[in-house]
Amino acid sequence: MTAPVVALEGVAKRYGAAAALARIDLAVPRGAFVVVLGPSGSGKTTLLSIIGGFVAPSEGRVVIDGADVTALAPAKRPTATVFQDYALFPHMSVAGNVGFGLAMHGVRGAERRRRVEAALALVGLAELGRRGVHQLSGGQQQRVALARAIAVEPKVLLLDEPLGALDLALRRQMQDELSRIQRRLGTTFLHVTHDQDEAMSIADEIVLMHRGAIEDRGPPRRVYLRPRTRFAATFMGESNLIEGRVVARDRTGARIETPLGAFTLACEAPAGARVTLVLRPEHIALDPPAEGALALGPAHITAATFQGTNVRLTARAADGSPLLIRVPPGREPAIGATVPLHAAAADVVVLPGEG
Amino acid sequence: MTPMRRLAAIPATLTLAAGYVFIFLPVVVLVLFSFQDGLLPVPPLKGLSLRWYAAVFANHRLMAALGNSIVVALLSSVAATGLGFLAAYGLARRRGRFTGLAQYALVAPLTVSYLIIGLGLLVTFHLLGVPKSLLAVGVGHVVINLPLAFAILYSQMGEHQAVVERAAHDLGASDLEALLYVTVPMLWPALIASFCLSATFSWDEFIIAFLLSRFEVTLPVTIWSMLRSGLSPELNAAGTLVFVISFALVLAVELTLLRRARR
Repeated sequence: MTAPVVALEGVAKRYGAAAALARIDLAVPRGAFVVVLGPSGSGKTTLLSIIGGFVAPSEGRVVIDGADVTALAPAKRPTATVFQDYALFPHMSVAGNVGFGLAMHGVRGAERRRRVEAALALVGLAELGRRGVHQLSGGQQQRVALARAIAVEPKVLLLDEPLGALDLALRRQMQDELSRIQRRLGTTFLHVTHDQDEAMSIADEIVLMHRGAIEDRGPPRRVYLRPRTRFAATFMGESNLIEGRVVARDRTGARIETPLGAFTLACEAPAGARVTLVLRPEHIALDPPAEGALALGPAHITAATFQGTNVRLTARAADGSPLLIRVPPGREPAIGATVPLHAAAADVVVLPGEG
Repeated sequence: MTPMRRLAAIPATLTLAAGYVFIFLPVVVLVLFSFQDGLLPVPPLKGLSLRWYAAVFANHRLMAALGNSIVVALLSSVAATGLGFLAAYGLARRRGRFTGLAQYALVAPLTVSYLIIGLGLLVTFHLLGVPKSLLAVGVGHVVINLPLAFAILYSQMGEHQAVVERAAHDLGASDLEALLYVTVPMLWPALIASFCLSATFSWDEFIIAFLLSRFEVTLPVTIWSMLRSGLSPELNAAGTLVFVISFALVLAVELTLLRRARR
């Protein structure tokens, strides 16, 4: 394994008594597209600002490409940032914006023109170099901001919620573009967002943050399908959380009693431990699955919302606890019906319980 | 609009018109009688003539004072805008414990009357042994215009401007490079507005100029001393010139600031 391009070692940030970041260790692999995901106030933007050099950590070290940059100003770091509201230079042309970093690094004349043109071509704005930035649409300004940061060939590109201001269709399109550009350049991208769909569609690796700490981290598929914490299970899409207790266990698994029934599941928890079962709404089925079927008992359907690719059902289990279910359109039972529910044991994630 | 509504709008329109008449009538009278074809700037208007403007331009005393006023306005406004910019930049970008206090202290002179500032400067200059001169007047005008320049420029250094400067630093610009290539060009309209407004206030300021000058005086002081020997359409003409130049400066402020606001 090669050395990480960015390494945070015990980085913490406090504002007075409030902790924005609590001793974070993070290694960003070279050439990866890493998305830092979290709700507002989770510390994700602070993390990015510390790496970019705009915020000094209260403790800990920031290492980029093997060098300790903790005390270095942003201008001296091998990072470049795509800012949330683009922060383009309004008094310069598109080419002036893209060439600014190169000029500051002493790249002149034909070499600078060549690199500006290459960066603009990469983001699909090759023809617009002479325009003023206020003549561009929001999506085009976004591309200029990206080209401007790419032009200086940073070791790591920092993106601070860059797609937040775009409408949904444009955001999808820019997500694809970002993935394409990242693969083409091979530069490490560190992208901050609160949008879990965006994170899942572009990330090689998701770093999920909550209250100034890293909750979970891994490939999107793993973080979504096998969340490691309750927060991960509920922030990354919807989940049903079912409280239970281990009543008996053997070498392969445990017998867990829940309000929906007793199930035998693979887990490490000792007998007597409280556990939480995580079950995605799309993993609850109306028909029993072929393998490892668990019967969740009958449930009363109380509401249904058509969402295009699926129908989101709200149901009430026999004990009164609420359940969310997703089924393909046309397969949903009528509102008011009572239907038996099933799940596959392999889809259930067992987490340590609360308290 | 219903007829009832239209009727109700009449008192409001009349009030507004009365307000405008109240504000502009003195200026209109001043300007009108600067064209008086007679010896006194009072009704009746005997005919229109440019003879008093010719007299103003032939009057060496008025012309010398005009030159003094221009020099004082230009130099004091450059100084006030330059100092105001540096103060605003420093306070907006380097937040310290006393930032708030320094901000209030800079703007506070706006609340002090020119008479008090003039008296204070007179006493201070006397203590320091600085003679009454155009330089003293210029310093006085920097004192009254610095708070204004600071307030205008500080208001333009908000979060957006800060983020754009951060982007410049991120791309490798030093503090000086970010200042020269990003901050100053972006604030250009505000700098021009601040300069023009300072120049307007310096241009027709009387009390401080009167208290702090002796042999070389500015245009308002000259007009005042000529007024003591009686009314003359020549003074109306000189006053009209002062007004026209002030008006042009204010118009320049409106145009630069409004153009920025519309963007």
